[in-house]
Amino acid sequence: MLKTVIIDYGVGNVKSLEFAILRLGYSSILTDDISEIQSADRVIFPGVGAADSAMKTLEAKGLDKVIKNLKQPVLGICLGMQLMCRFSEEGNTNGLGIFDLDVVKFSSKNLKIPQVGWNQIADLRTDLFQNISEKSFMYLVHSYYVEQNENSIASSDYGVNYCVAFQKNNFCGVQFHPEKSSVQGEQLLLNFMNLKN
Amino acid sequence: MLTKRIIPCLDIKNGRTVKGVNFVDIKDAGDPLELAEFYAKNGADELVFLDISATEEKRKTLASLVKQIASRINIPFTVGGGINSIEDVDVLLKSGADKVSINTSAYLNPELITAISKRYGSQCCVVAIDARVIEGEWKVHLVGGQKSTDADLFEWAKKVESLGAGEILFTSMDHDGTKNGFANEALAKLSDELSIPIIASGGAGKMSHFKETFNIGKADAALAASVFHYKEIDIIDLKKYLLNNNILMRLQ
Repeated sequence: MLKTVIIDYGVGNVKSLEFAILRLGYSSILTDDISEIQSADRVIFPGVGAADSAMKTLEAKGLDKVIKNLKQPVLGICLGMQLMCRFSEEGNTNGLGIFDLDVVKFSSKNLKIPQVGWNQIADLRTDLFQNISEKSFMYLVHSYYVEQNENSIASSDYGVNYCVAFQKNNFCGVQFHPEKSSVQGEQLLLNFMNLKN
Repeated sequence: MLTKRIIPCLDIKNGRTVKGVNFVDIKDAGDPLELAEFYAKNGADELVFLDISATEEKRKTLASLVKQIASRINIPFTVGGGINSIEDVDVLLKSGADKVSINTSAYLNPELITAISKRYGSQCCVVAIDARVIEGEWKVHLVGGQKSTDADLFEWAKKVESLGAGEILFTSMDHDGTKNGFANEALAKLSDELSIPIIASGGAGKMSHFKETFNIGKADAALAASVFHYKEIDIIDLKKYLLNNNILMRLQ
């Protein structure tokens, strides 16, 4: 049985993520305990809320160094993905720096911000998107995004073509909420559980 | 591109769905879990649950219901009704709700909007506004429409946005229940003046009403209850119709 840990750093609403993992036949532990996180087979790094206050909480708990040194598969979701980057315009904060990328704010005058709802994803690459078809819809809620980059494994359009998922070594991140994205999202979580260590 | 959203709304009282529900393929029409699962599998983009329980005691059953809903459905859902404090919000979000909807309590205590968006992010704070035209002006109403105020709809909506709301659910009391279409003129004005998404509510009767509220009303999402519950409109058929009218929809 895989040991799956969801990192608990006070971002609150992760119940639906726990439930989604249960529906796939796995269980998860919500914890900020460093040895529990380090000994997990799979680590999920969730997050909603503001980047600057989330980084402060991670640093206060000593989790910033722990996360970037993990060797098992790690999945950042939404703010979790953004915090894997070097820098975020949201509160002008440094991130974990796992990806040498910047997180910037949507700026189109004609579009609602935040982006809320279902958008299509394309240019899908790697095993994380196995059995997920091009132009699948995923549920997103965000005002900031990761710019296109060479580690991108999926992209989306919202006034700009941006990176909606990335992967480097054992680290991957998705901007959408797989736990809220119907069957396609569940497939992505399943693919993450099935990644080779 | 981002799709427009179709959102069925379920009224909950003491843990059961109220208002008539008329599904042949559902064993127990009053069971919100069964209904929620049905909608999640049949095209709904999100769900809204509105608790209209009268007493505090019965409201406690809501948290356990929310937990059961969250364990079974894989699309986002919002819970509203009788939320008065950040503690009420805590309980619902920790039970698995994705968003909460506040209405009268937001008007009486606007700091609640800021408190929710600071603690959990603006994405989970939906502010519902009920309004109707009085002497040519859109006036905000409270307590399920029973109590009128002097507040102007557009002024209040702008304030709500500045306080940290993530979305606005606007119900036109003049249109609600008429099945004559949504309040598209007011909706378009809201959409133009605000940068957060607007959910249209009140007046859905036929498929073309949805087309109009997206095209003319510039709504980001449309919410309805009876037309879906009574199967007057099937959500998947509706989405196909809207797609044929060049409105982007999610079909699985």
